[in-house]
Parts: sequence; C-alpha cells; structure tokens
Amino acid sequence: MAEIFTLVEHRQGTIRDITFELLTLGRRIAQSLNTKCTAILLTDDAEKFINQIKTQADRIIVMENGLFKDFNAEVYQIALAEIFKKESPFLVIIGHTAMGMDLGPALATNLNIPFSTDCLDVQVVDNKLRVIRSMYDGKLNAKILLKDNPSYLITYRSGSIPVEMASLNAEVVKMETPISAQPEYRRFIEYIEAAVGAVDITKADVIVSVGRGIKDKANLPIIEDFAKAIGGVIGCTRPVVDAGWLPKEHQVGSSGKTVKPKLYIALGISGAFQHLMGMKNSDTIIAVNKDPNAPIFNEADYGIVEDLFKVVPVLKNKILELKQAKG
Amino acid sequence: MNIIVCIKRVPQTAEADVKIAESKKDIVKERLTFDMNESDSYALEEAILLKEKYGGSVTVISLGYPDTEDTLRIALAKGGDLAIRIKAEELGEIDGYKTAKILSSVIKGLNYDLILTGCMATDDGYSMVGQTLAESLGITHATLVTKLEVVDKKLQVYRELEGGLLEHLELSLPALVTIQTGINTPRFASLIAIRRAAGKEIKTIGKSELPSDFDTNTTLEELYLPPVGKRAEILTGSADEVATKIAGIIKEKGLL
Ligand SMILES: Cc1cc2nc3c(=O)[nH]c(=O)nc-3n(C[C@H](O)[C@H](O)[C@H](O)COP(=O)(O)OP(=O)(O)OC[C@H]3O[C@@H](n4cnc5c(N)ncnc54)[C@H](O)[C@@H]3O)c2cc1C
Ligand SMILES: Nc1ncnc2c1ncn2[C@@H]1O[C@H](COP(=O)(O)O)[C@@H](O)[C@H]1O
Repeated sequence: MAEIFTLVEHRQGTIRDITFELLTLGRRIAQSLNTKCTAILLTDDAEKFINQIKTQADRIIVMENGLFKDFNAEVYQIALAEIFKKESPFLVIIGHTAMGMDLGPALATNLNIPFSTDCLDVQVVDNKLRVIRSMYDGKLNAKILLKDNPSYLITYRSGSIPVEMASLNAEVVKMETPISAQPEYRRFIEYIEAAVGAVDITKADVIVSVGRGIKDKANLPIIEDFAKAIGGVIGCTRPVVDAGWLPKEHQVGSSGKTVKPKLYIALGISGAFQHLMGMKNSDTIIAVNKDPNAPIFNEADYGIVEDLFKVVPVLKNKILELKQAKG
Repeated sequence: MNIIVCIKRVPQTAEADVKIAESKKDIVKERLTFDMNESDSYALEEAILLKEKYGGSVTVISLGYPDTEDTLRIALAKGGDLAIRIKAEELGEIDGYKTAKILSSVIKGLNYDLILTGCMATDDGYSMVGQTLAESLGITHATLVTKLEVVDKKLQVYRELEGGLLEHLELSLPALVTIQTGINTPRFASLIAIRRAAGKEIKTIGKSELPSDFDTNTTLEELYLPPVGKRAEILTGSADEVATKIAGIIKEKGLL
C-alpha cells in the first residue's frame, strides 16, 4: 500500500500546531491501511525540526535549503511535485490554513490528482477516498466521494482531531532540492506583524463579542454600555472589522486574536469555524442569536434564541442590580 | 490593465433556515435569497479601483444559472465593462474543480493582465477555484490578499495569515489573486447605473461553445445535519427570565 504523506507546516522558525494534528490523522489512516505515515519537511534547518517530529512519523522525507525558510507556494509546489513523482503516495494531507490554501489546490491541479479542501474527516474504503466537509455557513455537512485514483490530496481543517503523541523513531530520508532560487514570477519579500492596537483583548477575563447581527455601527453604544456594566472588553467577528465598525485589534478568530477568557458572550455571531478557532477554549461561552440553528450553539455552554437587542439591555440592568446588591 | 473578476451568485444562508432537498444532494433553494458572494464583491471593487487608477477594462465572468445575470448586471452597474455567463444549466453536476477548468477554458481566449476571485464561496466553502484556475492557465497566484499595489508592472500583494500576520509577495503579471474581505469598501451601484445596466447585453456561453467536456473530481453523495457536539443549554422564558438566569450564572462563576 502506498504511503500517507503529511506536510509539516512552519513559520518564522516554529512548527505550527496543525502539523501535529495532521500527523495524528496521518498515522491513524496509515495504521488502518497497514502502511507508513511519512512527514514531509521542507526547511532551512533540518536538524531542529527533525528533532521535534522524529517520534511522530514512520518516515521523514526532508529537503533542506535556505529557500524553504519562508513559505513560497511556487517553491513548495516544485519541491513537493518532485517528491510526489518519486514516491507516489496514496494520500497527501496538508493543513487547510493560509499556507495550505495557497498551496494545495494548485499542487493537486499540477499533479492532476483528485483533491478536496477543508476536510473534517477522511474515510478510506476499498482504496476509495471519502471525505466529510462543512457547507453553507457550517449549517450542513457533506459526504463527498473523490474520483477513483491511485493518489489523492486533501487539505484538513485545524481543530478537527485531538492531537495524540506517538513514540516512533522515524527513518530520515534526505532528498535534493530541485530548485535553486525563488522563481522570478513569485517572490517572498517579508512578513509584516499585525499592528498593535489600543486594547489587548487577549488579557481580558470577560469578552463581550459582537457579530454582523448588531446590524449597524450606530448600535455599538448599547454593547459598550453592557460591556462596561459587566466589566468586559469588546471583541468582534471579521465582518464587523471589514465594515469599519471596530478596529482590527478587536477581531477574534483565525485571522485575528485567539482568546481564552473566563467568559465569552457572543452576540449576533453565527459561529463560523474561523471565528470558533479563536474563542472555543474560553471557560464559559454564552451565545445570543435569533437563529436556533446557528452553529455557535454547538460550541456555547448556554444559549438564548432571541433578538439580542431585547436581551442585552435587560441583562445589563440585571448585572447592575446584582453588582449593587453586592456593593 | 485588463482585469477579469470571477463572480459566484450564492444563497445567503447565515441567517436562513437551510433545508436539505429530497435528493439529499442539494438544499431547498425556493425561499432563500441570493447575492454576489461576499469576497467577490471585494474583488470586484478592487478591480474597479485599479481600472480607475490605471485604465483598462473589467470583465466579470460567472458560471451560473440564468438568474446569475441579475448579479452580473449589478457588477456592470458598479463599473464592470463586459459580463459573461457560462450556462450552468447545460453542464450537469459541477464541483470546484470542474468550475475552475470550465472558467479556464473560456478565460484562455480573453486578453487579461490580472484575474481576481474571492477567497472563498460561502456556499461550498472550498477556497480552491481561484488557485485551480491559475494553475490551469499556467499563471502564478496568491491567496487571501488584503492589500494590492501595482509598481512597475509588478504586483505587490499582502496575504493575511493566521493571527493577522501579513506576508508580502511580489508577483509578475499575468497573475491571479484571491481577495479576502475587508481589502476595500465595496461601493453601492447607483439607481441610474442599475437602470443603465439593465439594458446591457450579457454574453452567454453554452456547452456547445466550450472546447471539450469537463469532468468533476468529486461527487457529493449526501448532505446531512452536522452531529451536535456539546450542544448549549438553551435558556428559555421572557427576556427578563433569561436575563435573570444568565446574570445568575455569571454571578455563580464569580465574574461580577
Ligand atoms: C481565511 C478566512 C479567515 C477568516 N477569519 C475570521 C476571523 O478571524 N474571525 C471571524 O470572526 N471570521 C473570520 N472569517 C469569516 C468567517 O468565515 C465568517 O464569515 C464570519 O465569522 C461571520 O461573522 P458573523 O457571525 O458576524 O456574521 P454572520 O455569519 O452573517 O452571522 C450573523 C449572525 O447574527 C444573527 N443575528 C442577526 N440579527 C440578530 C439579532 N437582532 N439578534 C440576534 N442575532 C442576530 C444571525 O442569525 C447570524 O447567525 C474568515 C474567513 C476566511 C475565509
Ligand atoms: N461558478 C463560479 N463562477 C465564477 N466564479 C466562481 C464560481 N465558483 C467560484 N468562483 C470564484 O472562486 C472563488 C472561490 O470559490 P470556492 O473555491 O468555491 O470557495 C469565488 O469567490 C469566486 O470568485
């Protein structure tokens, strides 16, 4: 049986968490098919990274070159196509991350193999690959069969599998890098850190977070009053920032801040996975949404199916009453 | 600068009751509203801004059913010059791969410097059509772009990564860029412009005008409701009652 390949993701000198999720999945599939789980490592510092993953795969195929220091999809594609052609794996697993999104679809197209993005689960039956994906704003799941082929590629959603640590001792296979410079048509220039804003919401115990459900910037004072009453800071979803209602430093989610407050109150937030990734580890989550099927209710501890503008002012008063009684 | 923008008309499902059709392979579309995919409207705006700055033209293209022409007309009203609809009704089952291959076969014959797409369609959530299209056309690409500049015929693009970190890249033209939301502020079409666009012709391309047949890579076998994980305890009652319960919970946790 051909092998299961998982791509190691690293950025700014650090292996990213998704790598260990992919290795957990890769080992699970490899075991069920009686084959090997191989980590693919493209790096400028092989020794450092091999040490961190050596126990997590049966094999590590490594290309070491300064070109791999910073991700460039075109460079990765040339390198991975070379490895793929030599090794013919059954399945290549890449994270559905900013990196995997840039790389996966073009690589699969280049290799001419069936692929699926943002998979939540993978089943292999009789060499056929089925995946589960989420669709329609997270409201439905889809079972998808990939076209029969000796090899497949998928990108896998982070947070879909609990990481397990293995105690293997990977065989390390070094390969020559088939490219010597960044292609002229796509060059990595630099990383630019997100601007530091006026507030750091990651430090707060209580976050009152708003989504598109607040409808208009003019409604923000209602939320600010409530946040003040409860002693929390304001967080928000990406569309709220896109609309210019709040500055970027308030954004919670995969392309914003990751927060872990004691209390997260989600108001008018649907619960897209990119948002959930930034707040699902909060101690207590309370969600107010008028749609009973909003995915946020699958992550929250307490839910209120109601118009947020009816709930928030009353709740604010209750909180103030309790505070007064206490004081 | 000649720019092509790929636009998808999608059902607005974030606030809607989404029902599975009897076939289990589609949703019930009757009572849903449809609109231009969110990131596509940012892509369109970016194209119009580039045209206003550097001249050239904006062509909008969509693979979709006849009502997609309403969406394309809005794009024309906002500043698009030419609209093309590829007739989905003649093309059978469609997935992201087949979409990209069909778009590629049509775009191949057009004159372009830059192709813009959205970073993700909110109905299928693939985030793959743009990149697959670029590779099929043999041009370079960058995804999730929140800032874009043209300097000396090169594109300076800024991709938004996890945590808001930006990745600055330089691309040669022609290139394809997938646009992330928030890159600009999409304009509204004026009533006069909408009226004017109502009369404009939309070029349609049917199956017989495509160079070959196209296959899907994947088959949707079944749609189903996601398994409920740790479902929230839903608090019910009047606004006053639920507020009392919530305030009680917050107090109990020692958070007041
Ligand atoms: C690469 C990538 C990265 C992303 N990163 C992030 C990120 O970091 N953070 C993020 O948040 N998103 C991110 N997104 C966007 C994400 O996919 C969703 O589009 C977004 O989270 C939706 O925001 P929302 O819940 O505010 O809006 P919607 O999905 O439109 O939901 C609005 C909700 O409000 C409810 N509502 C409306 N009116 C009321 C009312 N009066 N009372 C109560 N409820 C009401 C509706 O029922 C609905 O559930 C990213 C997307 C991509 C592609
Ligand atoms: N049927 C279509 N017609 C035109 N463009 C499309 C179509 N489907 C997807 N796209 C483009 O590809 C982007 C990504 O879509 P997806 O890969 O489906 O998430 C969208 O934002 C559109 O710009």
